[in-house]
Amino acid sequence: MRDDLPWALVVVFVPFSLVSIGGGPSVFAGIQHQVVDIRQWMSSSEFVGLFAISRAAPGPGSMLSTLVGWHMWGFSGAVIATLAFFLPSSVLCYGVVRVWNRYRGRPWHTAMEQGLAPVGNGLVAAGVISILGISGGGVVSWIIAFGAAGLLALRPKLHPMILFVIGAAVFVGTRIVMP
Amino acid sequence: MSAPSPSITAIFLVFFRIGLLSFGGGLIGWVFREVVLIRHWLEEDEFLSGMALGQILPGANIANLTIFVGQRLRGLAGAAAGLFGLLVGPFFAVLALAAGYRMLQSLPHAEDAMEGVAAAAVGLLIVIVARGARSAMGRPSAALAFLATFAAVGIMHWSLLLVVAVVGPLSVWAAWPKGA
Repeated sequence: MRDDLPWALVVVFVPFSLVSIGGGPSVFAGIQHQVVDIRQWMSSSEFVGLFAISRAAPGPGSMLSTLVGWHMWGFSGAVIATLAFFLPSSVLCYGVVRVWNRYRGRPWHTAMEQGLAPVGNGLVAAGVISILGISGGGVVSWIIAFGAAGLLALRPKLHPMILFVIGAAVFVGTRIVMP
Repeated sequence: MSAPSPSITAIFLVFFRIGLLSFGGGLIGWVFREVVLIRHWLEEDEFLSGMALGQILPGANIANLTIFVGQRLRGLAGAAAGLFGLLVGPFFAVLALAAGYRMLQSLPHAEDAMEGVAAAAVGLLIVIVARGARSAMGRPSAALAFLATFAAVGIMHWSLLLVVAVVGPLSVWAAWPKGA
């Protein structure tokens, strides 16, 4: 497979798709190694720039793959890289989920659901700690996060965009007052 | 009980909106809000167990969760509509942002504002945790499974796969129907 054709993206992203257990970010370091060190498609700082853009945009962090494809081969590269990164894992997941959902309602399935639910919830809780831990915001981020959750507890239908505006305003305001 | 199955278009539109509006991450929180809290398409335990399933499989967690919800509601078409809806907005958004990124960077406090948005998005996740923890408190084994998973992955930083492989079966065993 020649490295000067968009199909090289398939070779890079399909394997990462299938080993990205725990989510897309679990293979970002591996992707960086491939596209920066091994294939030399871009410099390290270019890759970090794409990562920053993917974080600033809405949607999954795995849209980083879209940007790598776009950087190399424009629109067709973006399409190919996105498909190569999302499709293989999605097809696998669909197969598992289909089997899982087929047995809904059986007593053992209910037991598995009840058993896995607190595990899933523990993973979300761990995600909360990890996101707040790596953010550069320190204690301000924690206050905004729990403040937002508190507001949602009081007003469950409050639109998240309102929380986003408040969160951004509080963060920027804090930085202006305490640079 | 959950409501009758929504249409393919309804599934597409919900995930399209989530994809396009979910700045700062926390997409699982958005899906929980739309699918469980507001529309009652799925029940809480079903959602959380599907999420655990999606996290131990490869792939973006949010993509796997979307496939879980879509498949559960409308089979293959539901899963495909959900996933396409989730990704199509961000696909164009990320390209547009790449084109205008230098301009965005030159805005004062753009990065600080994004940090604030990301922190607020975590609030959506805390809502899930709070609700799930409350229902886990009703069963000691569920409470234990929740705390053990959280501590092992979130605090000790042990391998997610290993933790789920150990805590998952124990927790399921504790919930197994008597005499089955």
